[in-house]
Formats: sequence, C-alpha cells, structure tokens
Amino acid sequence: MAQAAAKHGENHAHGHDHGHHDPQEMKILGFWFFLISDVILFSVLFATFIVLRDNTAGGPILSELIKMPGVIAETFLLLTSSFTSGLAVLAMNQGKVKQLINWLIVTAVLGAGFLALEIYEFVEMVHEGFSYTTSAASGAFFTLVGTHGLHVSLGLIWMIGLMFQLKKRGITDVTRGKINVISLYWHFLDVVWIFLLSIVYLMGVM
Amino acid sequence: MLEGLKEFASEFFVTGDPLIYGAMVAIGITTIAIVAVLTYFKKWGWLWRNWLTTVDHKKIGIMYIIASIIMLFRGGVDALMMRLQLAMPNMDFLHPEHYNQVFTTHGTIMILFMAMPFMFGLFNVIVPLQIGARDVAFPFLNALSFWLFFLGAMLFNLSFVIGGSPDAGWLSYPPLSELSHSPGVGQNFYIWGIQISGIGSLATGINFMVTIIKMRAPGMRWMKLPMFTWSVFSTCIIILFAFPILTVTLALLFLDRFAGAHFFTLDLGGNPMMYINLIWMWGHPEVYIVVLPAFGVFSEIVSTFSRKKLFGYKSMVFAMLIISFLSFFTWAHHFFTMGSGADVNAFFAVTTMLIAIPTGVKIFNWLFTMYRGRIRMATPMMWTLAFIPCFIVGGMTGVLLSVAPADFQFHNSYFLIAHFHQVLIGGVVFGYFAGLYYWWPKMFGFQLEEKLGKWAFWTWNIGFYVCFMPQYAVGLMGMTRRLSTYGWDTGWWELNFVSTIGAFLMGVGFLFQVAQIADGIRKYKSLKASGDPWDARTLEWSIPSPAPEYNFAVTPRGDDIDEWWEEKERRAKGIYPPEQKLEPIHMPKNSGIPFVMSVFWFIAGFGFVFGWLWMAILGLAGVGICMIARSFSYDTDYYIPVDEIKRTEASLRGSV
Ligand code: HEM
Ligand SMILES: [Cu+2]
Repeated sequence: MAQAAAKHGENHAHGHDHGHHDPQEMKILGFWFFLISDVILFSVLFATFIVLRDNTAGGPILSELIKMPGVIAETFLLLTSSFTSGLAVLAMNQGKVKQLINWLIVTAVLGAGFLALEIYEFVEMVHEGFSYTTSAASGAFFTLVGTHGLHVSLGLIWMIGLMFQLKKRGITDVTRGKINVISLYWHFLDVVWIFLLSIVYLMGVM
Repeated sequence: MLEGLKEFASEFFVTGDPLIYGAMVAIGITTIAIVAVLTYFKKWGWLWRNWLTTVDHKKIGIMYIIASIIMLFRGGVDALMMRLQLAMPNMDFLHPEHYNQVFTTHGTIMILFMAMPFMFGLFNVIVPLQIGARDVAFPFLNALSFWLFFLGAMLFNLSFVIGGSPDAGWLSYPPLSELSHSPGVGQNFYIWGIQISGIGSLATGINFMVTIIKMRAPGMRWMKLPMFTWSVFSTCIIILFAFPILTVTLALLFLDRFAGAHFFTLDLGGNPMMYINLIWMWGHPEVYIVVLPAFGVFSEIVSTFSRKKLFGYKSMVFAMLIISFLSFFTWAHHFFTMGSGADVNAFFAVTTMLIAIPTGVKIFNWLFTMYRGRIRMATPMMWTLAFIPCFIVGGMTGVLLSVAPADFQFHNSYFLIAHFHQVLIGGVVFGYFAGLYYWWPKMFGFQLEEKLGKWAFWTWNIGFYVCFMPQYAVGLMGMTRRLSTYGWDTGWWELNFVSTIGAFLMGVGFLFQVAQIADGIRKYKSLKASGDPWDARTLEWSIPSPAPEYNFAVTPRGDDIDEWWEEKERRAKGIYPPEQKLEPIHMPKNSGIPFVMSVFWFIAGFGFVFGWLWMAILGLAGVGICMIARSFSYDTDYYIPVDEIKRTEASLRGSV
C-alpha cells in the first residue's frame, strides 16, 4: 500500500502542472476522511456504552453473559481476514487477478464466519433475558457491537460486488482503486474490533 | 371500508386548523400549477437533463440557494406567526401546542434547511472557481448531497400537512421528544428529515476538503488561498467532526422511539442528559459551521470594495482555525444551569470567552482593511458594514451569557433569543445575503439593480433592531422563551408589540429582495454583466459570467493571494501571460442516480416515520440497488473537444 501510495505521489506531482488530478488518489483521501467520520461515529457509541453500561435496571448484567471463548474465536476470524485481505492487495500489486479474487473469497468467508458467531452470541444473550429493550445497558451494548457487525455485513456485500467487477474487467486503475479502498475499510473494522474487545469484553469480564 | 378510510385520513392528514387547511390548498394548487406549466411547455425533458441529473457544481449551487430561499420564506412565515401571537397579551391566534410546533419548525428550518443549504450553495458556486478548478473532487457525490438535503427537507416540511409537526424544540430534548411525551409521528419527521439531509452535509464536507486539498491551481500554495476558500476549509473540518455526532444522536433517539431502546428514556436506566451533551457537542460547532463561511464572504467583499489587500491575511487564517478547534470545547455553556458543578462550568465559561479573541482579531482586520481604502457602497458592501456593529453587540451579549453565574439569570429568557438572533441574522443571514449579491453576476450573468436592494437593506436592518433590541429588555424583565402567551399584568406588552413591528419590517425587506430579483430577471438582457463587474481580486472573476460548464478553458495559475488583481496590474503594464494551448477537457457525465437514490431515501424515511416497515425496507432496498448500479457503472465521464471549447469561448468573450 505504501508503495502504491508513493507511486501515486509521483504521478500526482507530474500531473498537477497540467491541471489533471489523479482521481484514484483523491478517492483514497476522501475515503480517509470518511473513516475519520466513522471513527467519530464509533466514539459516540463507545461513550454512550461507557456511560450506560451499569444502568441495567435490575436486569441481567453484561459481564455475566459474556462467553470469552466465542469472543476469542471471533477475534481470531476477523484478524485473520484482515491479514488475507492484505494478501489480496499483494496479489493485486503483482497483477495476479485470480489469486486476488481467491484471497478476497477467503476474506469474505472468514468475515461471514465472524458474523455467524456474533449472531449466535447475540441470540444466546437474548435467551438469557438480555434483549435489546431490557435496559439502557443492553441497548447500548447491542447498538455498539451491532453497528460494527452492520459495517462488516455491508463490507461483505461490497466485496462480493467487487469480485464480479474484477472478474469482468481484471485489474485496471479503477478496480485497483476500489480494492485499495475496501482493504483500508477492512483493516479499519479490525481496529474498531480491537477497541470493542478491550472496552466491551475484556474490561467487562475483568 | 369507507369508515376505515375516513379514520385513516383523519389521522394521516393534519385536520382541524384553518391555517393548515389553507396551506394544504396552497401546496396543492402550487403543485398542480408546476406540473401543468412543465407539461404545457414540454419542459420535463429539459428539467431532467439540465437540473435533476446535473453534476455541474454551479447548477447544484444555484439549486441549493433557491431551495434555501424558499425555506427562508417558510421559516420566516413561522417567525411572523409567532410574533403575531406575542404582539398582544392573551392573543388567541396560535394555540399553545400549535405554538410549540411553530417554534420547533422555525428553528429547525432556519438552521438546517435555510442556513446550511445557503452556505453549501455558495461553496458550490464559488470554491472551484476560486481555486481554479474545473469541478469538485467528487461531482457525483456532490449531486447526491444536494438531493439528500432537498428530499430530507421536503420530508420534514411534509409534517406540516401529513401526520403532524414536531413540537419538542429545534434540538428535541428528551424526555419531551420520547415516545412517552411525543407519541405522534412529528418527532419521526424531525429525525428522518434531518438524518437524510445530514448524510448529504457530511458528504459535502468531505468533498470540499478533498477539493481544496487536491485541486488548487498550480502555484496556489496554502498561504495563497482566497479567504472564502479558507473559511470553507475550516468549516468542512468542523463538519467532518461534528456531523457524525448528530447522526448517532438522532439514530439513538430513533431507536428509543422505534425499537424500544432506553438510551434517553426516564425508565430502565436511560439518561436524558446524555442526549443533551451529545446534541450540543454537535450543536455548538454547528453555529460556527454556519458563521465561518460568512466571515469568508465578508473578507472577500471588504477587500474588493475597499480596493485593498485584506489586512492581516495570516492572522485571519489562524483565527479561523482556532475558532474551528475551540468550537468543540464550549458545548456545556448551553446547560450551565443543569448542575454540572462549578469546575465544569468554569472550564466551559473560559473556553467560550476565549473564542471572542480570534473573532475580535477578525473584526479589527476588516476595519484595518477599510482604513484608507477607496470604499464603494454597493449592496454587498453595505451588508458587510451592517454586519459589523450587529455582530459586535451580539458578541458582547454572548460574552455576558458565558458568565456562568449570570447565565442562571439569562438562561432561556428572551435575552438569549435576542442574542442568538443577533449573531445568526447579523452574522449568517447578512453574510449570505452579501455573498449572494456579490456573486450574483457570476452565477447568472447579469447584475441586479441596486435601488430595490437598498430598500431591502434598510428595511431589513431597521426591522432587525426594532425587533430584537426590545427583546433584550423584555428578557431581563423576566419573559422566558417558548412562551405562547402572557397577561396584561406582566408589563411586557409594549416591548413585544414593538418587536412584532420590527419582525414585519424584516418581512417587507424580504419582499423587496424578491421584487429586486424578479425585476432583474425581467430585464436581464439589459443588465448583462461582464466577467468582472466589481473590479474584483480573485480567480473566479477572470472568467466570463456566467462561467462556462468547464469553468476555465486553460488551467490558471494561483501564485498570488489576489491573483486576478495582480494579473490585471500586470496586464496594465503590458505584461501578458504566454498563450496556452487548448486541450480537450475531461468532464463528469450527468447521472440520474443521485436523484433516484434520494427519492428512495425519502421513501424509506417516510416508511420509518409511520412505522411502515415494508415501505422502509422497500426504500432501503432501492437505495442499495442505486449504490450497486453506481458501483458497476464505468462510463462516467467524457471529453469536451477543443473545437467546442473554442466556440464557447468565442461566443462568451465576444459579447463581453
Ligand atoms: C427573520 C426574522 C426572525 C424572527 C422574527 C424570528 C423570531 C423568532 C421567535 C419569535 C422565536 C421563538 C421564541 C420562543 O418562543 O421561544 C424564534 C426562535 C428561534 N429562531 Fe428565530 N426568528 C428569525 C430568524 C431566525 C434565523 C435567521 C434563525 C437561524 C439562522 C433563527 C433561529 C431560531 C432558533 C434556533 C430558534 C429556537 C427555536 C426553539 O426554541 O426551539 N431565527 N425566532
Ligand atoms: Cu454554544
């Protein structure tokens, strides 16, 4: 990625004098700004969770419902998928479409596994009487973790769409830009998860 | 069956109020008239090709401004209704619950659907031209932002005749805005109208940041950037950090109402104070979002009409950036009285007062720019001059309000109402009017005649002071805000009566402006403007008025702060820039997706408002399909050939 960025930089310095602008480079910058706004979005949800997490109104308490093995497995799946999405970009930079698509498939499957585990975990909690409407704490928990899950789901749909485009068009400037953006997005979801893991789960059980 | 239908209609439409019946009839007639006119003159295709699908930033800007002026009218009518109700004691014009709806929609519309789009309109029309660019960074996203704003605003306005208006104040504090206290659909309209247009605002912020970072003309280094563009940049930084807060806050409120969550409820552990913190973490920066671009406008106008370089360019930039930073550390001054404790109050009092410093720096810079300038009193300059005393008074009362102990006295009184209208009208509205008059010839290619404009200026200004000065007094006498009526024994009626007269004077000022514009349109052929009618200083004035769709036939350079001014000086000395060869110009293609996708957002929003899940899902599915369609379309741009550029330039320059 850094390499790609450096190359873009050269193009840019050259292109600028003629009044052209490298659209892919602008897209990446725009996407970084979007990610900043997403960071704010999650920060607000985190803050809400932290403020409300003890407001259980006599209902079940989150820390007693968390099952760490499941959470560890989720973490493992998501981190690995982030790694494989990196391998996909590597394959792309070497011009290998097939390999690129295959790594994307692996990434998507791992992501789907993560989601499945998360949903299972949610269902379990609801069975134990900790549902969305139980208390301020439960609502804050499901909204925060669920928003991350929603991001992962949208990322999956997007990734599948990109696979079709890759199949049809191969690696071009445009598809390369799109893959760079989604891998950025995927790494970002990983980072958010680390915060979820530490603030919601680890600090919850400790 | 028929009975069921009747019952549905009586809940669906707002019934029982003659004012609203009147509005319904008016809306119906206007809609029918628009459809009829478009059909009769066979203009549907024209409308679709030239406006609904356009990605041209100048046209998008014009649509923003038109929408904003219509919203100024709606918000203004709300204001006049309130002032009428308060003109005399014991008036029976608006019932209390109707009064609640009117001040809520007035505040919401004025800030989110009048000030914001007016500002975005000016961004769109001017920023690319000022930095010598052919477009914004993401033209498609730009069109999408506009249509999201527009349909969000329409959704909000629909609440007037369908379902019922929100009535919990423009910031919708819980528990008032919760299901327990607002069981109707009005709050849902509020949430979704703002939510949908808010996505557009965030996207615009990102779009213009990238545009300004990446698309400046060669040679235009950061410290050469025109001041308006600097103000846009600092505003966009605030938007980027503030708007996601609003998005989440409203989403959480909606989850409370719709999905039975307990974020801000009074039961099961909810915490209303959390909402109030969050909404003001967006809300206070928001007032700087709308005022900073006005500061940019004033800077351009002061230096153009004083024929001098802006005094203290660097300190201006620095002041702007400091304001955007500090604006995030003042939010708690909105609830000094809610028991945060002395330390917290002291912190927020100090940060609030600190903002007066950079603001003061700017005012002195404008004054020094005018000092010894050759000042011309055209309307843009008059609005700028009127702004200065208005903002000084507003700023000083603001500092009074920021004294935490004193705020226990002023809080939620008419003193506050007078203060914030003074900065919002004197700063924001006057600023955008000034900008509109200043850039009008650049947008439309003709000059407005100034006579009616000066009438408008004086009625607005006199009206302003007549309206709001008495409110400071009546506030100190104990009249609180959001009061729908009062008795003779209070001793407030004379001041209120005067205030109402002032409000109507401002209404007359607005009518003068409408007349001025109508008059200009009627005579536009004889009022044709040159590329540079004000003898101005920045790059947008170096091209014909109105600008051709590709803006600049050849990419300009931006080596000086007032590049166009310097260029004129050079030309006067006989130094001409080397002739540059024309090259084909790369342009984005029109697209119907932004419009269609926003319509689907509207449908989804409407479904959520009424809790009709099928409709919400349908709308969201439509949104998804539009996104996929966009992602799969690769044929999104084209080139304008050199011949065509030559022809366009010849016809534009020939007639100048
Ligand atoms: C043009 C002349 C205007 C008049 C005569 C006017 C008058 C009023 C009145 C009577 C109220 C209600 C006070 C109360 O009962 O509490 C009000 C509230 C408000 N106005 Fe205006 N207004 C004007 C313009 C504006 C503008 C331009 C803005 C913003 C850009 C604005 C923003 C607000 C807000 C935010 C509120 C508070 C609403 C609430 O309490 O929820 N107004 N105005
Ligand atoms: Cu504030």
